[in-house]
Amino acid sequence: MPGVWTLAEFREKTINSVSYELLAWGRSLADALGVELSSIVLGYEIKDVEILFDHGADTVYKIDDRRIEHFLPDVYSNILFSLVKQYDPQIIIASATTYGRTIMPILSTKLNTGLTADCTKLEIGEDGTLLQTRPAIGGNVMATIRTQTKPQMATVRPRSKKPISYDKSQGKIIIPKIEDELFKSAYRWIKFEKDESTDLPIQEADVVIAGGRGMKDEKNFEMLYELAKKLNGVVGASRTAVDMGWIPYSHQVGLSGKTVSPHLYMALGISGAIQHIAGMSSSDIVIAVNTDPDAPIFNVADFGIIGDATEIIPELLKALGDKDE
Amino acid sequence: MTILIDNCQLKIVNSYVPYAIGYMLFQIGGFELKIGVLIKQVPATDKVRIDEKTGTMVRSEMEAELNPLDMYAVEEAVRIKERLKDVHITAITMGPPSASDAIKDAISIGCDDGYLLTDRRFAGADTWATAYTLSMAIKRIGGFDLVLCGERATDGETGQVGPSVGAQMGIPVLTYVSEIVELTDKYVRVKRAVEGGHEIVEVDLPALISVVKEINDPRIPNLSGKLKAKSAEVKSFDAVSIEADQSKIGLGGSPTRVVKVFYPKLTRSGEIVRSKDPQSAAKALLEFLKSKEII
Repeated sequence: MPGVWTLAEFREKTINSVSYELLAWGRSLADALGVELSSIVLGYEIKDVEILFDHGADTVYKIDDRRIEHFLPDVYSNILFSLVKQYDPQIIIASATTYGRTIMPILSTKLNTGLTADCTKLEIGEDGTLLQTRPAIGGNVMATIRTQTKPQMATVRPRSKKPISYDKSQGKIIIPKIEDELFKSAYRWIKFEKDESTDLPIQEADVVIAGGRGMKDEKNFEMLYELAKKLNGVVGASRTAVDMGWIPYSHQVGLSGKTVSPHLYMALGISGAIQHIAGMSSSDIVIAVNTDPDAPIFNVADFGIIGDATEIIPELLKALGDKDE
Repeated sequence: MTILIDNCQLKIVNSYVPYAIGYMLFQIGGFELKIGVLIKQVPATDKVRIDEKTGTMVRSEMEAELNPLDMYAVEEAVRIKERLKDVHITAITMGPPSASDAIKDAISIGCDDGYLLTDRRFAGADTWATAYTLSMAIKRIGGFDLVLCGERATDGETGQVGPSVGAQMGIPVLTYVSEIVELTDKYVRVKRAVEGGHEIVEVDLPALISVVKEINDPRIPNLSGKLKAKSAEVKSFDAVSIEADQSKIGLGGSPTRVVKVFYPKLTRSGEIVRSKDPQSAAKALLEFLKSKEII
């Protein structure tokens, strides 16, 4: 029976946690269908692929080659295309990261099959097809989508499912033979410039401490970085804060920025324009601090404080500091 | 910031070259470049409000605007045109007849002309069928050296159409581009904003580039731009004129189907307290964080 595939992802040759989230989704789908779950590994000198078995994979297809050390969309899609033709999976899922959102549309176009973006739920319908649920229009509408062609393909929002662990550490590693022809690329990879300011992309963080206009100036963002550090989180921002130049665009949460679903989202000095709420409403816990009691952010908050964030955060930092001692 | 002239071939080594300097030099070594910009008309998000009872978005059917993220693609095309000689920019969209407004918006910012793909048979297209339709139109127009598009549309939010158009056309796709580092008539070198940093990569033309907000600061159309747009003729294509395979367009040609639509409730009924003083507010926050086992 054709199986379920997940596309594993890497950062600096190490498997990224989104790969495990995909396997958690993939496991539930493969079990519902009674088929094998495979993870596809493309890269060079990738470490510890066996960990994928611990997170639910039955099989790993591994292509380890110097020529695919970096992401080359044409080579990656050519290799994946040939693997799909050879092994015939019925479902392929990837994470809705810059990698997944680039490779999947190219691959699905080549395969003449449908693709659903940024799903927050995947399940197998009564007829055995994949039901893909995704938010649209800033999360105000949820749509469940079915693909009528095979394979059925979807990208999945990071952090939409918790990874699972199995005590198994074993499985089958298949090393398919890829023709040299497929490694020819139109891309010339030059270099990677590592971003020094962020440890984790905001979409992947457990805790996002976000600041907006109410933080008043760039200098006050320093207290957000300090708070983020104490809570093992990263700093996010409203569009206003980004437009003011207080923080780079990669930190922007909202309709024209990133969509995040952390465990904790703290909106500090953010009024909560609908475009902002669209990017954070799927967070588990939302805390809001704002001087305006009518700020819409309070409508989506689990806990809110009407007050000045720039005065309250230093006190919170003090209180958190005391706790450590 | 440097501008190199190499065998009369011009390179933009930094895309933030001041216009005046750029213009002079580009007059010497300009080249012909055809740019296509893919745009979409979307519901105007700043006009919407949330229905407090149902927690859903309420918007008038009539309010539409050019997808805000497409503005960056249009702006980037116009900046290239301002720096190089003989650049022609064509905006393309698919939608109902009223979507010609999006083309006019693009012309008001500096696009030279535009095409609206409109036909009842295009209706209900998913990203696959949309990309097919757009790629057939591009073929009909005669192709481009560079196709630019936004990261995604603010309504569908898939970001799939751009890369899929590139794949349909069989040209290299560069997504999440935050800077065009270098552009010649042969190749383009870009900076891509990816998780944890930026990647520099280069491809030969033709190529498709999807841009992110970081790339520029879109201008507001000036009066002469608005006047030009007002009198501009938006050319339109139907399914026959682009020689589209009828089995690959619209809802019928779409491999995906929406089987259910529902409206999640966005509002939460959390406890909202008024801060008496920063110390007690901080204490309340600390207690809440403890109760949720965050600290």
